[in-house]
Amino acid sequence: MALAIKVNGTMQSVDVDNDAPLLWVLRDALGLAGTKFGCGVAQCGACTVFVDGKPMRSCTLPISALGTREVTTIEGVSGREAEAVQQAWIARDVPQCGYCQSGQVMSAVALLKQIKQPSDRDIDLAMNGNVCRCATYARIRAAIHDAARALEG
Amino acid sequence: MTTHDVALSRRAMLKGAAGLVIGLYLPEKARAQSGAAHAFRRAAGGADFAPNAFIRIGADDTVTVLIKHIEFGQGPFTGLATLVAEELDADWSKVRAEHAPSNTDFYKNLAFGVQGTGGSTAIANSYDQMRKAGATARAMLVAAAAQSWGVPAREITVERGVLRHTGTGREGRFGQFAEAAARQPVPADPPLKDPSVFRLIGRDDGSVKKLDSAAKSNGTAQFTIDMREPGMLTVVVAHPPRFGARVASFDASAARAVQGVVDVKQVPTGVAVYANGTWPAIKGREQLRISWDESAAEKRSSDQLIEEYRALARRPGRIAGAHGDAITTLARAERIIEAEYVFPYLAHAPMEPLDGFLGWDGQRAHARFGSQLQTLDHQTIATVLGLKPEQVELETMLAGGSFGRRAQQTSHLAAELAEVTKAIGPGRPVKLVWTREDDIRGGYYRPLIVHRMRGGLGDGKIVAWTDTVVSQSILKGSPFEAVMAKGGIDATSVEGAKEIPYDIADFRCDLHTTDVGVPVLWWRSVGHTHTGYAVECFVDELLQATGQDPVAGRLAMMGKAPREAGVLRAVAELAQWSGPGPVNGRARGVAVVKSFDSYVAQIAEVSAGDDGPRVHKVWCAVDCGVPVNPDVIRAQMEGGIGFGVGAALYGEVALDEGRPVPANFDTYRVLRIHEMPQVEVRVVNSSEKPTGVGEPGVPPIGPAVANAMARLGLGRPRRLPLVRAVA
Repeated sequence: MALAIKVNGTMQSVDVDNDAPLLWVLRDALGLAGTKFGCGVAQCGACTVFVDGKPMRSCTLPISALGTREVTTIEGVSGREAEAVQQAWIARDVPQCGYCQSGQVMSAVALLKQIKQPSDRDIDLAMNGNVCRCATYARIRAAIHDAARALEG
Repeated sequence: MTTHDVALSRRAMLKGAAGLVIGLYLPEKARAQSGAAHAFRRAAGGADFAPNAFIRIGADDTVTVLIKHIEFGQGPFTGLATLVAEELDADWSKVRAEHAPSNTDFYKNLAFGVQGTGGSTAIANSYDQMRKAGATARAMLVAAAAQSWGVPAREITVERGVLRHTGTGREGRFGQFAEAAARQPVPADPPLKDPSVFRLIGRDDGSVKKLDSAAKSNGTAQFTIDMREPGMLTVVVAHPPRFGARVASFDASAARAVQGVVDVKQVPTGVAVYANGTWPAIKGREQLRISWDESAAEKRSSDQLIEEYRALARRPGRIAGAHGDAITTLARAERIIEAEYVFPYLAHAPMEPLDGFLGWDGQRAHARFGSQLQTLDHQTIATVLGLKPEQVELETMLAGGSFGRRAQQTSHLAAELAEVTKAIGPGRPVKLVWTREDDIRGGYYRPLIVHRMRGGLGDGKIVAWTDTVVSQSILKGSPFEAVMAKGGIDATSVEGAKEIPYDIADFRCDLHTTDVGVPVLWWRSVGHTHTGYAVECFVDELLQATGQDPVAGRLAMMGKAPREAGVLRAVAELAQWSGPGPVNGRARGVAVVKSFDSYVAQIAEVSAGDDGPRVHKVWCAVDCGVPVNPDVIRAQMEGGIGFGVGAALYGEVALDEGRPVPANFDTYRVLRIHEMPQVEVRVVNSSEKPTGVGEPGVPPIGPAVANAMARLGLGRPRRLPLVRAVA
């Protein structure tokens, strides 16, 4: 069925099944491939996007449940927090294989939008749904602290 | 045994290595005719300079290095480019990296003889080759500038991509001389720098940044799963629930009724569903009704295999390594300590499950995927499609991790990719996608292994050591078997066990190789995943039994292992070691493992948590010869430790009557950020030849954690994962 959804500020028309998860609509129908498939069961966070500004796992969100809510992906994420996080990621050389990092970045941006100076415990709670098999976790943590400091200044 | 190490025996495969460096430098005509023409074709625009198969310099000063090793996080894009840029005296901000095409002549791993990545060999086998490639390009640029300026070449200096002649005050950038450099004769033997004047190799001030961090932080890095082409079909394959089962019959009518499903075909590995998009392919597969012929399937459970292995371990196996007379000395020892260690099947679970893209028009095929053994995968695709290798192009893609999973000695993914392409017929490009369930339940695991160890004690010392290993062979039936599994001993089953760094007069390691229908594969650090654990846990237990300190006791036996001793001393200093504790509920465990010619020692600080051990901090010292990119080395130690902690604490693919039990990250538990220890790494200075770091960070962490658990009074864990041992 044809649906109109708002992604990264633009209305898009897609012709997909009602039950198609947002992840596959983004990737296969809209060609927004920065959002990654890792598990399909909301266990790894590689598919994290913002839905009305809140981080969500797009692999288990049926497109029919999206309604009029607005989607932001790694391709469209912007603002002070996004800039600070991505700069910190590069400065720390966080990524190894890089496959999970879109999801990590989205979760980190969401955290900093909510908590300006997150503690290690805040980071644990916000980021433990994002798996990194390269185990870049120590640098992710350090980069989030870096980004928080940069935003403060 | 005369082979000392897998890394060494892999090197023994090297054929005609000496000729390779010379063979790099191709005359124009040969370039145009070669299969690597692709690489040079991309050197478009007359001004570009492609002095050899590895370097292209553009008029815009960009230096692009073609990387023969797959980049999946371990850092060869940055590492190999650093080697080139050093000798080229390039401006690091102008350096780019991209994968070299599949071409064994130009891009073989000098340690393997085929194009491929593994055994932590990328830097080791490329060190001289890439430096020489850079030095060649530099000499040709200098010659071009000398000609243009009418000055002697020896008076020209090069710094950060700028050529200068002090006497005349002339200077110019690489890009300005790229075209003229291409017309210069190729020097036969350009001099390499003395390490004392290295500017990029070993630099640790944060200025030699990784080349791929930006694209991997903003979602633009392209992986295989991101491929989209007009007319492309996405394919998922229903694999059998038990290894070795075959399709008896299937009913695809419900699957075909799913909107978006285009076709359903039987292929050798199962039943393939072709669809317009991934979601309809997955939905279609759920609607398949397949009857499996399980007559030849493996039906044993893990527990049953373990009991069989334990029984085997009580009988002597084939000797893998021995000196002295361990059996006699054991019989006479004052005291004998025995230990049995049980290791489960492990899945690699890279974040990007297996996938591949293939376009085929009946005459030519173009494959793109994260191929880790390009020569074998290339040949496999050609064979399945009935093409000659030169009719196949294989482009290596960035891959979302591997940990060994993509280095397939059987090329099973390439074969499945070609089979699903062949089954639908020419003119239909396909993207084959494995889901996470396909990955976790799909086999090619780290083998299940049992070690039975016996140690003889006398006069407060270890006088005898035996280790009987029981495992499937990773190499059996593969192209690597002839070289790496001589005399019935698969070197990957006993590496790290058949010789140990400790002076023990009477020593024996033997091996039983089992036949099980579960496909197995190398898993980050291969044999050292279990031999490191068995050896380092057992020596720790024997040292405790003789009242010795874990660090001092090891050092006392390391007279013939100076580099192991070096990293152990370094890590003890880093951690300010003063004994294992426990202090305030935290104990420290030690382990040191040499793997792939690199030496790593770790100390883990551990407490007893509510749901298993909690690893707070890990100190790590690594000696990998000349450190090329110190921060990449640290990153690989950090990542190796996290990967190893997760596996040691939680990793297990249990089989229930042959069926893998876990299916996804909810049932195959992996490390998450709140479980990641703090890590402090010291990279030991060395002028030895550089060796790898992708794998060697993994082996010591499991035993270091287990040895700390023993000091916490949690017992000495005999069966992995550790959380099971505590429960």
